[in-house]
Amino acid sequence: MITYLPARGCYESILSDSGYGCANIASVYFACQRLGIKTEVSDNKQRIKAASRLILPGVGHAQVAMDNLKQKDLIETLTQLQQPVLGICLGMQLMTSHTAENNQPAPLATLNLIDTHIEPLITANLPLPHMGWNQITQLKHPIFKGIAAQSYVYFVHSYAAPLSTATIAQCKYGQPFSAAIAERNFIGVQFHPEKSARVGLTLLQNFMEYNG
Amino acid sequence: MLAKRIIPCLDVKQGKVVKGVKFRGHQIVGDIIPLARHYAQQGADELVFYDISASAENRVVDRSWIKQVAAEIDIPFCVAGGIKTALDAQTLLEFGADKISINSPALADPTLIARLAQQFGKQCIVVGIDSYFDEASQHYQVKQFTGDEAATRTTQWHTEDWVQEVQHQGCGEIVLNVMNQDGVKQGYDIKQLNNIRQICKVPLIASGGAGTMQHFSDVFQQAHVDGALAASVFHRNEINIAELKQFLIQQQINVRAC
Repeated sequence: MITYLPARGCYESILSDSGYGCANIASVYFACQRLGIKTEVSDNKQRIKAASRLILPGVGHAQVAMDNLKQKDLIETLTQLQQPVLGICLGMQLMTSHTAENNQPAPLATLNLIDTHIEPLITANLPLPHMGWNQITQLKHPIFKGIAAQSYVYFVHSYAAPLSTATIAQCKYGQPFSAAIAERNFIGVQFHPEKSARVGLTLLQNFMEYNG
Repeated sequence: MLAKRIIPCLDVKQGKVVKGVKFRGHQIVGDIIPLARHYAQQGADELVFYDISASAENRVVDRSWIKQVAAEIDIPFCVAGGIKTALDAQTLLEFGADKISINSPALADPTLIARLAQQFGKQCIVVGIDSYFDEASQHYQVKQFTGDEAATRTTQWHTEDWVQEVQHQGCGEIVLNVMNQDGVKQGYDIKQLNNIRQICKVPLIASGGAGTMQHFSDVFQQAHVDGALAASVFHRNEINIAELKQFLIQQQINVRAC
C-alpha cells in the first residue's frame, strides 16, 4: 500500500515501529486519511528516508518500542532524518534522551533527538494514568497555528517530559509538564491529535504544511 | 484542567446497538456507525461499545465494525466483549480501538489483566465491573456474564475487594456499573461510587442510572468520578450531550465544550 501525494510528488510516512504493544498506527493512519493526506505505513529504511514527513506513533512500553527499533536497525536512520518528524505519545517520549519508565538498573536511553527526558508524572492523589481531555497552553510553534490556548486535547499517559527549553506547549495535571516539545525538525506531542477531534486534525494539517 | 468525560455507551448485539432495562429485554436502537458519528458530533468525549452477547455466548466480539469506527470517528473509543486472550486484545487494538475492556474473563482469571497490561500498557486496559446491591446480605456483589440473563451468575467477590484486586493486577481504568440502577433512570449510585472512589487510584467511570442532567452533575460533584457513562438517555434523545455540557459548565463542572 504505497500512495503518493501528487501535489508534492512525494509521500508522508507513518513509521510502523510497533509489533506488540504500540497500536495507535491505525488511528493515526485513519486521521491522515480523513485529512485527505496520502500516507504509507512503513518500517523500511529506504522508504522512511525518502518520505517528505514522518510520524512516529506509539503507545505502550518504551523498552518494547526501543527493542523493536533496534531489531529493525532503524535507530541510525531515525537520528539522521532531516525532514519534519512528529512523535506522538510514546513516539514523543522516544525522541528524548532517556526515560525513567524503565529505571533499572539505569534510565533507558532513547533516541536523543530532543534535549529533554521523561519522568513519572507526580500528581499527589489524582488518578493515574492521566487519561482524558485536558487543556494546552503557552503554544509556541507553527504546528499550533489556528489552535487557541486552553483548547482541549486527549491525553493518556503516566510519564511526561518536564518543562524545559524544548517545551512548545504546556499542560497541567497535578504538576505542569510538556504537552509538546520540539528541536530542529523533530516535534513531539504527548497527547493524541488523532483522537482529539477538530483540534487534533488542525494540528496534523499544520504538521503536513510545516517546513521548518 | 482535566475535563470530566461524558461517555455514551453503545451496547452491541449482532452488529446493532441495543438497550434493555435492568439488563433485560434488549431492543434494537440503531446502527453502529451513524450513532457513533452522531454522538461524536454532539460532543461526546469518548465512546464505549459493549458486545453484550459475547461473553455469555462464549465467543469473541464480532470485529468487522471496529475498523470502520476507527476510520470515521476522531474521539477515543473502547471495545468490550468476550476478550479472553492477548491475541483477542491485540486484534481489537490493531483495528483502531483505543482501549479494551474486560469483565467476565477477568473474573474467570484475574491474571489476564496483568498479562494484558504488561503487553499493551495499562493505559488501554479497562476493567468493567457489574456490581449488584444484595438487600439480604447488605453487600455489593460482583456479577458475571451479565450480557445474558440466563447465564448471569453471582461471583464470590464483594465489589470493594474486586476493585482492589483489578488495580493490583494493573488495570488502567475501572467502569463501575451498578446493576440495580441500570436503565431505571433514578440517578447514579452516589454512595457506592463515593466508597469506591476512596480506594480507586485509576480513573473511575460511573455507569448505570442516569436519567436527568442533574444526575450527571451529582455524580461528578458528589462521587468525584472521572467520567459518566450512559446509554438510554442519549439513545432516546432525552438528553442532548451539547446541552448537558452547557448545563454542567453552569454548575462549575469542568467539561470540554464543543
